[in-house]
Amino acid sequence: MIRHKTKKGILTVHIEGHMLIRNAVEMKSELMSCLAQKNEVELNLSLVNEIDIAGLQLLILAKKEASLHQFNVRLVEHSNAVIEIFDLCNLSAFFGDPLMLSSSKAIPQASSA
Amino acid sequence: MSINFDQILQTFIVEAKDLLQEMEESLLQLESDPSDNDILGAIFRAAHTIKGSAGLFGFDPIISFTHIVEDVLDRMRDGKVAIAGELIALLLECGDHMQHLIAVVAAQGQELDQTATEREKLLRQRLHVYETNSAVHSIATTELNSVHILEEGNVASDLWHISLRFSEDVLRNGINPLSFLRYLNSQGTIIHIISVSDNMPVASAMNPEICYLGFEIGYQSEAEKSDIADIFEFVGDDCLVNIIPPHSKIAEYIDLIHKLPETPSRLGELLIKSGALTQHELEKGLQQQNKQFKPALPLGEILVQQGAVQPVVVQAALEKQTQIQDNKNKESHYVRVHADKLDQLINLVGELVIAGAGASLLARNCENDALQEATSIVSGLVEEIRDGALRLRMVPIGDTFNRFQRVVRDVSLELGKDIELVISGADTELDKTVVEKIGDPLLHLLRNAMDHGIEAPAVRQAAGKSAKGKLHLNAYHDSGSIVIEIVDDGAGLNRERILDKARERGLVAANVTPSDQEIFNLIFEAGFSTAAAVTNLSGRGVGMDVVKRNITALRGTVDLDSEAGRGATVRIRLPLTLAIIDGFLVGVGQSSYVIPLDMVQECVELSEQDRLVTRERRYLNLRGEVLPLIFLRDQFNVGEPTGRRENVVVVHFGDHKAGLVVDELQGEFQTVIKPLGKLFSALRGISGSTILGSGAVALIIDVPSLVKQIVHHETNAVNQLQLSVVNQ
Repeated sequence: MIRHKTKKGILTVHIEGHMLIRNAVEMKSELMSCLAQKNEVELNLSLVNEIDIAGLQLLILAKKEASLHQFNVRLVEHSNAVIEIFDLCNLSAFFGDPLMLSSSKAIPQASSA
Repeated sequence: MSINFDQILQTFIVEAKDLLQEMEESLLQLESDPSDNDILGAIFRAAHTIKGSAGLFGFDPIISFTHIVEDVLDRMRDGKVAIAGELIALLLECGDHMQHLIAVVAAQGQELDQTATEREKLLRQRLHVYETNSAVHSIATTELNSVHILEEGNVASDLWHISLRFSEDVLRNGINPLSFLRYLNSQGTIIHIISVSDNMPVASAMNPEICYLGFEIGYQSEAEKSDIADIFEFVGDDCLVNIIPPHSKIAEYIDLIHKLPETPSRLGELLIKSGALTQHELEKGLQQQNKQFKPALPLGEILVQQGAVQPVVVQAALEKQTQIQDNKNKESHYVRVHADKLDQLINLVGELVIAGAGASLLARNCENDALQEATSIVSGLVEEIRDGALRLRMVPIGDTFNRFQRVVRDVSLELGKDIELVISGADTELDKTVVEKIGDPLLHLLRNAMDHGIEAPAVRQAAGKSAKGKLHLNAYHDSGSIVIEIVDDGAGLNRERILDKARERGLVAANVTPSDQEIFNLIFEAGFSTAAAVTNLSGRGVGMDVVKRNITALRGTVDLDSEAGRGATVRIRLPLTLAIIDGFLVGVGQSSYVIPLDMVQECVELSEQDRLVTRERRYLNLRGEVLPLIFLRDQFNVGEPTGRRENVVVVHFGDHKAGLVVDELQGEFQTVIKPLGKLFSALRGISGSTILGSGAVALIIDVPSLVKQIVHHETNAVNQLQLSVVNQ
């Protein structure tokens, strides 16, 4: 589920719940409509409690789309589930957004080696 | 994805069972031919696959036990452990235990009970002996190998390189690619990983249910290549996996570059990034390759080069391709269907046949040509559907036969006899339910033949036969039934002893001499045993009567032939199917009867003249042949007066022929067999009932028992004659 609001000309999108294969189709269309204006977008991932490879692909797609049309998509406040999958696939460097250390658990910064 | 998990688990269980069955068969083959490396390889792969797939589900008890078995198999393959009968026996036991593990751990989700744990402990101990006896030697060779490998121009990286690309359908098939990464991490360490998303199209073309990601992994693990490959075995075609062991030749990486969908330069970059290759190594590899393909080389040199390197590689590649192709073909040709669904289908087809018969009867009464034509087309189609549905349930009997290889092996060891089982006609098909129920009786007959039939090697040699006894299992189709023969080349049945025993028990009167056939069939009487010694296998006189009862319950018959000193043959005759048959409808008075069409040979009209003569003497001269007659009117006490004319339906069963005298021939009829209730179970001459289109009930005639009855009757008459001659 996606909620969005505009603040200072930047669209902030909150993704909530799960980003899984079973909701990937709706998730894609919602996400793409948020990117349609080709303006800077901030994706807040703090409420993503479950993510699989299909969800991961959507984040990659968003990033690629942005670089194709030369605007910025920033991922912020990654939830633990997101950080875990980024670590597993070593994608932190690809996304390039700083990973915030969550207060509950120290997460090792993924190396780009 | 949890919905699919159950399905995948079921597939795993079924596959594991098949693999274990295969493993058992291969082990037995290996025993007879220890030098066959292909078979050994097949056994190893089976164990491997089970372990790999079990790993995916996290069935630790299965993994840890299979691992040891696999270790020993690996040593056998490397020639470090000699293949001996003892070891094969141990491995067979291990196979049994694995089967148990799968049944308990995977299928029921429980833990092993006390006895099974004990058994596993003992097996582990015994396996341990083979695992360690040359451990030092093996370490030495591995070291030697690694040194040897490093000498040639190989890469420096000491990591495995695993390259993964997934098919479009992988996500839809319920497989989570990330679970492989997690599993890899649990078995070793992923040192580097690069996610490749180059194949993802622009947003408008991107389908979120397709997996576009691939991975290049640098992996640290002590495992063997096949271990790692097995992790991915379960996904099969859904995943393109390339695994390159540590310190491999640069050429292997170059190969990989050609195999993957991305451009070579991008892949080279990826390989360097993932730590598999250094920049220098990559350049060297590409240079070498360019040199190889330079067309400036003289043709001969290329050929020599190719001759030196290519054949093995090409063959390996070809083999791999055909293997994949075969697997694919196999998969696409079969659909696993639950047996209950088939049964339901057959039941419905049965109802359809009855309903169809009712419809065509009504159509005939309407005297509407168009309607009649339509119903006749429908009944033609129904007939085809019926045949098709019944064929679905037909399975080859070979699987049942092959299972006996193990039994024969174990029993012959136990008895100290050398016995070979020869199987033929394994492709013969029969109804699945019949196959399931025939297993036990067959097993009993086989044991009996091994225990009593085939003599000890010394005795055999003294009798001028080869020391190795031979058991022959054969199956073939014969007039609507399947015949299974169990032939041994042992001593045969002792005619005199059976007769003595039978007289002792009062089964045969003292002054009557039954035919050989009858004497031999006496062993199917309850509690009849002629064995001088009771062994723990057979000889207690329990069993043969049970065998006979089981076979009779399947509407089959069993009989026995024997030749002293040459061996015995047990012949089982079973109907092909239990549900629907083609019948021949006949009328006697007001009632109708069905004769199985397969057994009908011809129909003859009984002329007025013959009718007068045959009433008394009860046989007919059929083109010079004596044909005993059975008057169904008398047999079933039909009270109504005889019709204007009578017909004879000539039926045959096995070697016997008889004529059934009926009033009216009503033609072919598709018969859905409805079993008779318990009340009528003692009824002779009737095997079931069926419902006609008109709703009336017709009885199905049990030809074998009628024929037997008449044969019995005739022999008794002869015996009576003998008696009266003796008494005079």
